Amino acid sequence: MFHRTHPSLAAALPDKLADSLVPALDPRRSGRWRPGEAAPLHSELFASGRDAGGAGLALSLALDALRHEQKDALAKAEDRRFVLWVQDREAMRRSGRPYRPGLPRSLQHRLIHVVADKPEDALFALEEGLRCRDLACVIGELAGNPRALSFTASRRLSLAAEQHGVPLFLIRLDAVHDLSSARMRWDVACAPSLPPRWNAQAPGVPRWHASLFRSRTHAPGEWILRDGGERLVADPAASRAATPDPVDLAGAVGARSLAAS
Amino acid sequence: MMLADARTLCPQIQVAPADPAGDLALLERLALLAQRWGPWSALDPPDGLLVDVTAVAHLFGGEGALLADVRARMERQGFLSRQAIAPTAGAAWALAHYGPEQALLAPDDDMAARLSGLPVAALRLDGDIITVLRRLGLKQLGDLQGIGRDALQRRFRSHRSPGANPLVRMDQLLGRVPEPLLPVLPPEVPLVQRRLMEPIRHRALLDRVLEDLADDMARVLEGRGEGARRLELGLWRVDGEVIQRHLEMAAATRDAAHICRLFAARLDDVDAGFGIELLRLRASWSEPLALTQRDMEEAAERHGTSLAACIDRLSVRLGPDAVRRPVLKSGHIPERVQSWRHPSEPDPASQGELAFHDRPLKLLDKAEKIAVLYASPDGYPQRFRWRGQVHEVARVEGPERIAPEWWRERSTIRLRDYYRIEDGEGRRYWIYRHGLLGDGRGGMPDWYLQGLFG
Repeated sequence: MFHRTHPSLAAALPDKLADSLVPALDPRRSGRWRPGEAAPLHSELFASGRDAGGAGLALSLALDALRHEQKDALAKAEDRRFVLWVQDREAMRRSGRPYRPGLPRSLQHRLIHVVADKPEDALFALEEGLRCRDLACVIGELAGNPRALSFTASRRLSLAAEQHGVPLFLIRLDAVHDLSSARMRWDVACAPSLPPRWNAQAPGVPRWHASLFRSRTHAPGEWILRDGGERLVADPAASRAATPDPVDLAGAVGARSLAAS
Repeated sequence: MMLADARTLCPQIQVAPADPAGDLALLERLALLAQRWGPWSALDPPDGLLVDVTAVAHLFGGEGALLADVRARMERQGFLSRQAIAPTAGAAWALAHYGPEQALLAPDDDMAARLSGLPVAALRLDGDIITVLRRLGLKQLGDLQGIGRDALQRRFRSHRSPGANPLVRMDQLLGRVPEPLLPVLPPEVPLVQRRLMEPIRHRALLDRVLEDLADDMARVLEGRGEGARRLELGLWRVDGEVIQRHLEMAAATRDAAHICRLFAARLDDVDAGFGIELLRLRASWSEPLALTQRDMEEAAERHGTSLAACIDRLSVRLGPDAVRRPVLKSGHIPERVQSWRHPSEPDPASQGELAFHDRPLKLLDKAEKIAVLYASPDGYPQRFRWRGQVHEVARVEGPERIAPEWWRERSTIRLRDYYRIEDGEGRRYWIYRHGLLGDGRGGMPDWYLQGLFG
């Protein structure tokens, strides 16, 4: 991990100014996604129903987004807002219910779980959750490609999330990439975990192979992600862009590490 | 008699159609008018009024003067009337209908004796009962008192309603049983007014006062849950002239600004003269208009709902058991460690968790059986098949032995050896072997997959 700065225009400008006034220089505009950035308010994760990788990465992303939000607000107070986790029956049958002892410690006591019989009900619950100002974020789990989750429905979710500022992480189990207005769409699969320090035979810190295949603000790419305790970490070895990143090649993106974190 | 027959007999006859509803309405208005003689009055259809004059007569100079006043006022209105005052409503009715003119019955009089000369019709009985009484030879109230109470009771025991039971009517007449009456209540018209210290002569001031009046009226109407359909504005001028303006609305409203706007056009031609000193706004026709809660939705739209509101909405649509929160319970068996509670319930007191072992992120509702290929029956599996797919075990940690809860289960329940495994693609599962080979609680142990790690 190394850090290199570029003496450039964007670096000379204050961050705020560079973000707003010179959009071409905004590294978020076309640059490569890096863990730790502010998450968009509506993300979609496509994962297999045979493992909990999608839920694991969604939780990590959510925690990362919450930490980011807190850093912005400079709030030292403990976040006591609840997290809403909505599952439809089929998703629950395929990959089970959340298990409190296995949840991240900061979420264990503030999870509200909703079981919806039908995808329509699940969408209703997601939207109601997004409209609630007392929720930290909403996690949804839907199996397959239900007819109810049309582009219009996903647009409704996006608008509700952006109007009320509640992030939504929608996990799609065993689904094909249909139309959606999610701001970032990921394909998630489990990746071999980091070998633990003491017992090389045991499974270690979970890692996920995440590939961002559609985003408004970032170029597509692939990462091996893991929860580093304090923040989301991309392991550099396998993290590479799907396409060569012109901005990175030009090397004019300002004070930003080229190797992701 | 048919109308045609009557006309044959008397060609000059004046004909007016019967109007029972109109008569009743007139009677109601008369009853309200009659409240000048007492605090409340009741209708006695078709043509009677009952007024409670308890402790009132001295205001009119005695009971006799009160009756004279009633008679004079009724005559002035064009009504023929007969009046009576008695301690009970029944006695007053009997005296007014069948007694002498302007009959007075003082409380210390012997009521039974004074009334004994009246016909039985004075008991307000139904027609057929009166016929029965007449056939029995009971013509006067005194006759009824003459025969035994038991005999009357036996004769009319199946008649429950007061109008069909002479005994009940007699008791009511003499005040032995209470007789509830339904008083007439005047409809209270919302009315607000402003008396002005200085008479106003200018339009701007008039508008200002009208705004205040409209605000007051809106508040009054809101308190009654009504909206005005017709409004009357009265402007009293210093010289005694009254200017009136009427307003009728298409729908009930209590919007002060709307009322002001509508009146503004009607006030252009008001001649204030030497000034207006009193304004009165009256909603002579108002209709129920429910209080609306429009603001709540708007606020929710803008600021988001509260958590309680959100949970309410969810549990109303999805059922009360759909919205739950996981809480810890004491226990050994993984699926029993967690139970689900309503989100508003607090965490129950529980022992601190032992974080020696990793627990899966998600737990299947029911552990699913897997087919296992293993090197030795005691060890962990090399390969297993779950939901039709084969997983190669790459890494494994275990066993973590969880013994059955002996204080709760039968002794034949087998223990569980949990393994945390990762397959070749990095998928992590929580599987367990149910029992040991040769533990005497069954044959070959089965393998189950219970949890999925993130």
